[in-house]
Amino acid sequence: MMRLLGTIVGLLAFAATAAVGQDTTVVEQGVRVGITYTPGVRPGLLVLGGERVTVLDSVRAMVARDLEYSDEFEIIALPMGDSMSLRIAREPGDGESAPYVNYPLYAALGADYAVDVYPDAVDGTPTVSMFNVGASARQREIRVDVTSPGDPEFRLAVHRAADELVRSVTGQLGVAASRLLFVNRGRVYRVDSDGAEVRPISEEGVQAMSPSWAPDGRRMIYMEFPSSLYEHVIATGRRTLVPVTSEAQNFTPVYAPDGETIAFSRATNEGTDVYTYNLAAQCCLQRLTVGRLYDNLSPTFSPDGRRIAFISNRPGLTQVYVMGADGTGQELFAPFEWGVTGSSNAPEWSPDGRYITFHREVERSPQIFVMDVATQTVRQLTSAGRNYDPTWAPDNRHVAFVSERTGSRQVWIIDIETGRVRQLTRLGEARLPSWSPRITAPIN
Amino acid sequence: MRLTVPLSAGIAVILVAYACGGGPPPPPPPPPVNQDSIDAERARRDSIARERAREDSLRRAREAADAAARDSIARVRRETERVRGMLETMINFEYDQSQVRQQDASVLDQKLGILRANPGLRIQITGHADERGSDEYNLALGNRRALAARQYLIDRGISGDRISTNSLGEERPLDPRSNEEAWARNRRDEFSITAGGDVLRAPSGM
Repeated sequence: MMRLLGTIVGLLAFAATAAVGQDTTVVEQGVRVGITYTPGVRPGLLVLGGERVTVLDSVRAMVARDLEYSDEFEIIALPMGDSMSLRIAREPGDGESAPYVNYPLYAALGADYAVDVYPDAVDGTPTVSMFNVGASARQREIRVDVTSPGDPEFRLAVHRAADELVRSVTGQLGVAASRLLFVNRGRVYRVDSDGAEVRPISEEGVQAMSPSWAPDGRRMIYMEFPSSLYEHVIATGRRTLVPVTSEAQNFTPVYAPDGETIAFSRATNEGTDVYTYNLAAQCCLQRLTVGRLYDNLSPTFSPDGRRIAFISNRPGLTQVYVMGADGTGQELFAPFEWGVTGSSNAPEWSPDGRYITFHREVERSPQIFVMDVATQTVRQLTSAGRNYDPTWAPDNRHVAFVSERTGSRQVWIIDIETGRVRQLTRLGEARLPSWSPRITAPIN
Repeated sequence: MRLTVPLSAGIAVILVAYACGGGPPPPPPPPPVNQDSIDAERARRDSIARERAREDSLRRAREAADAAARDSIARVRRETERVRGMLETMINFEYDQSQVRQQDASVLDQKLGILRANPGLRIQITGHADERGSDEYNLALGNRRALAARQYLIDRGISGDRISTNSLGEERPLDPRSNEEAWARNRRDEFSITAGGDVLRAPSGM
């Protein structure tokens, strides 16, 4: 006990405060003194040790990482031995009090919440619980419904359990059970939100660009370089040419929230303009912009499907514009100072409709920005290296983007509330990311 | 009758050789001179020589004609290659710009002359961008650069039907490095022949 207390005092001495709104390249591992949850201050969370059985170890490691990546908690890191000594006693013979949850100790360690991973007492199913330390009560218990780590659905099942744990504290589902598409050397890949399970999706030997998820998370649409659009069913690998795109040069396709209509950019002898097309009915190609002397491209739908943000270089450099989904009422959207503000590109509307993220040149280096749609005010999120092509997580809180800060193009993720960043991909190169909706059912 | 003399002489030689028991045979006596056969032989040889001479002369003529034709084809080829080279000369652009630069006008004027001198010629202009800027925007920028060169030619009387355009954005750099020199080379229009390029005439004065 003396040794443990000594460790605790030592850890508290290194207590770190959460950085707010800054892009930090190091994930903070700090420990805080326990504080009750208030907006802007993250509650401390302790992941308890437990039985060292393969499946439980896998679940524990994944859940701990998912909770860390949720950026909703201050994870309390303890030396391995101390962490193990915090395991909850639930051996037979512990009597009426078993399992014994040592809330006072967790509170002393700065924890507002504690997570435990254990086999169900009856059937042994891996189970996770969230304990509320302040209330001395179990907040939520969730069984992981896929029990074999070899099962292709195992990881998603654990991610879903972690997302439920996040919801039990914040009221909002986490985004661990989601995936991202990106392009690596001309091929579309997918990756789990925690960086695991990198898999090629599009065919080899054709150069793909600009993959974008359908709202159902089961299809994607992308451009086959240099000119045509294809819809691709993830589970079967079946790909279909979007009929109207066998002519002209078509790029940056996105689905409307109805999952039936698409919007895309088309380059012709008149420049580049935004078009829509009803993919489900295979009809009604509609040209929404008439640029002639300037280009309009990179459409993104508002979540109600009624508006489309896009970029246009009608003010000289490209800036973010908005229009009705029928092309009416085109106007400047993200404010800029003429002659001062750099070009803005690659807008994406957040799933809740409140924000638009895009990248903007700052001193000839692109950086990630977020605009509050209601107030039309913009905020710069990144400043380290070149950062571009942002895409929203389904929680409206995280943004994935391409960064060259390590020397090669890789996908990184930033929490727009704390500014914490983490690197998602470590390949030759990764670009043009698209973050999926939450994956609620098996897709492959 | 003419054959009997040499034949009987030959038999005599064989008999003598046999009689002498294997000693060296004496040289055969010269055949008797027959003026008719000499004349006939000479006539035959002359005729062959004349025929050969005629064939040689024909062959030489044919070879000369072939060589001339080859020279002429080679000339046409050389000319076509030279014109193609002029036609394929790239033009470059300033960063994030699609206006034709002053110094590139003469390069485009050369293409203008070639298009005028070869009415069957059709070309494609492909716009490219450097690696900076948005990957997707660079497709639009490349398209705009191709259109700028196309419009220059259309404004000077070339039918738009003869010039197609496309963009490869930043996806096909000439120079893979990441520095000002490479970027300047990569911001370009490339020109290629899509039809009517088998034989190209140089415009007068080029």
